[in-house]
Amino acid sequence: MADQKASTSIEAVESGLAAQGYIASRQIATAVYLSQQIEKPILVEGPAGVGKTELAKAIAAWRGMKMIRLQCYEGLDEAKALYEWKYAKQLLYTQILKDKLGEVLGGAQTLHVALDQLHDFGDVFFSKEFVEPRPLLQALEQPGGCVLLIDEIDKSDAEFESLLLEILSDFQVTIPELGTVSAITPPTVILTSNSERDLGDALKRRCLHLHIGFPEQRLEERIVESRVPGISQALRRQMVGFIHEIRSLDLKKLPSVSETIDWARVLVLLQASELDTDIVKDTLNVLLKYEADIEAASPQVTTFIAKAARSNVFG
Amino acid sequence: MRENLHRFFRAARGVGVHVSPAESIDAMRAVAKVGISDRTVLRDALLLTLAKSQDEKLALGDCFDLFFSQPEPRQDQPEAAGNDDAAQDADQQPDPSSSSGSAGEPGQAQPPESLGPLAQMLLSQDRNAIAAAIASASGAASLSDIRYSTQRGIFSSRILDAMGLQRLRDDLDELTATNPALAERLRAALDALREAVRDTVSQGLALYAREEAENLRNEILRNAPLARIERRQVAEMRALIRQIARRLRERYSKPRKRQRRGHLDVRRTLRRNAAWGGVPFLTAWKRKHRNRPKIVAICDVSGSVAQVSDFFLLLIHSLHEVVDDVRSFAFSSHLIEVSEVLEKNSPEEAMAEIMSKVGFGSSDYGSSLVDFEKDFMSTLTPQTTVIVLGDARSNNLDPRADILRRISERSKRLVWLNPEGRLAWGFGDSEMPRYATFCTVVRQCATAQQLERAVSDIVATYQ
Repeated sequence: MADQKASTSIEAVESGLAAQGYIASRQIATAVYLSQQIEKPILVEGPAGVGKTELAKAIAAWRGMKMIRLQCYEGLDEAKALYEWKYAKQLLYTQILKDKLGEVLGGAQTLHVALDQLHDFGDVFFSKEFVEPRPLLQALEQPGGCVLLIDEIDKSDAEFESLLLEILSDFQVTIPELGTVSAITPPTVILTSNSERDLGDALKRRCLHLHIGFPEQRLEERIVESRVPGISQALRRQMVGFIHEIRSLDLKKLPSVSETIDWARVLVLLQASELDTDIVKDTLNVLLKYEADIEAASPQVTTFIAKAARSNVFG
Repeated sequence: MRENLHRFFRAARGVGVHVSPAESIDAMRAVAKVGISDRTVLRDALLLTLAKSQDEKLALGDCFDLFFSQPEPRQDQPEAAGNDDAAQDADQQPDPSSSSGSAGEPGQAQPPESLGPLAQMLLSQDRNAIAAAIASASGAASLSDIRYSTQRGIFSSRILDAMGLQRLRDDLDELTATNPALAERLRAALDALREAVRDTVSQGLALYAREEAENLRNEILRNAPLARIERRQVAEMRALIRQIARRLRERYSKPRKRQRRGHLDVRRTLRRNAAWGGVPFLTAWKRKHRNRPKIVAICDVSGSVAQVSDFFLLLIHSLHEVVDDVRSFAFSSHLIEVSEVLEKNSPEEAMAEIMSKVGFGSSDYGSSLVDFEKDFMSTLTPQTTVIVLGDARSNNLDPRADILRRISERSKRLVWLNPEGRLAWGFGDSEMPRYATFCTVVRQCATAQQLERAVSDIVATYQ
């Protein structure tokens, strides 16, 4: 029974994402399903441009939730990621309330009494009103839940990872002056990484680890179909076949899904009906981002087109 | 199923995937959610929760396939054997019930009630029951404790005992007297069963013993003298060195700035708050900047030291994230720079090229040091650690220790790594005592373990 439900729910995830224009493989759908069921963040790794960030957007759109994005970079710290005190506002309020304070403390005879009276007002200036919530705190305060995207975590410093641990495992943060803030509804957390550096084990342990590689040919055709509806089926199959051939080369940067989609758009704009050597050579700069790569690939173009066409006939 | 999952976690640890208790709990929860009926979904779920990198995913995927493919061969083999002997039976004496061959129906008709459960099972050729019996018997014999290939025999016999081999033997003896044809069939079935059990044990060995065997081999390899390593072990050694490099990288590739908490940087704070008339809204704190190591490695590549230099250079050059700048020099009778060769080529090619240029001569430390002073003295800065790797056996030529003194004065540290044991220093043509006076540290470095410690210490001084 439970098994039956699980596989249908995984399919439901797949079709839900597909409705938002994100064609997910079964692994991706399983990961999304599991992260909801056992309330764990997903750590998505893979080469640039395979749709890691897009996945978070698609989940947010599918479940009708707000998406909060935290872009990581070197030097990102808790003041920018978690919360900050509004110093200026605090200072301004003390200025405005100066007279009021004088009134309150006016009756006091000695410094001791004044201090005691001041204590009664407690932590007026360290209350919620003076906290500026940053993305992480915002995500916890969303009443209806949200999708929290922590993008390119590998770009941040190692200290920042440790800062995330509390949020990732318990969905709460501790602000020394205010206490612990727990999530109203646990957010769906997606972390992405380009594997620029190895992430700590503590962080990895708290996440489901999903690796998105380059998609299979069929899947990529479906992705192109959903993103660029104007392209004919024959051309689609041919161009995806061609890109798969290109990926077998030893290049500096292999073309990924986003490049495939861009290229498909370009081909539609140029009103190409099928691939030929000239049009490929003219538009190769859409696929390959380094001069050296283009030089390495251009002698092979004709062979690759022939190969793609051949597989087209048999496949 | 929980038992099975636990055994799978053990197997996963065997292939080098770290499965902590927390992760196994997660995996259990995930499996409870997705169920076990769909194997591909189960595989995805386990891969998602347990594996933490692409390599681990591949290893764990293979492990999963091996682990859960277990029942298949067991199902096939008794069947093949069963068919064989059914055919034999039909040849020798047409027996109406055995020629039908299929599982259920002759099973209840033929085996006499007096036989033991195992004999009944074998004769009725109930493949699933046999597979289940083997599985539970291997559980009873704790097959997952198998560690060495020499234990195969004992585990096979334990499993067979747990399945009731004794009773089967009695039955067989009895049948030989009363019903020889049936006894013959049973014997054939027993052989097939033995084979199936042997396969199960081999698979168990492949699954559970890998970790132990690998640990043992690595342990031996780590403490083996690098200079006398056998050719077939060189590839393994390279893998081990890469592992060491990864470990050092993980330990030392921390960020280079460290905040000194509580130390206000007054100048930067004032500058930053100039807009508010110097009222410090935004504070700036002092940071401590840590330098990454700059290393100049001077390696003897003559004769016996060559192998050690090879591994040392491999290690140093795979520490990109940790070490800022490495310049490597190789010498035997004269000295050349080899940094570029090592950066551009694979380790094997690079070493071959270096050897063809300067290798295998008789070493002359004096003239090599002269070469270094002439051309490369300017590479040394007060932040540089100079590492000299060699046995300091200069064939009784002038050691030119004065150059070493100047090198030592120009650099932050001068570390000498000597593959020879301390006992041999100073005997024969060894100039070690003379050089040692100018070195910050002199240490023996003959095995992979010593190599790791030496490099780790060098990098640690920059932290």
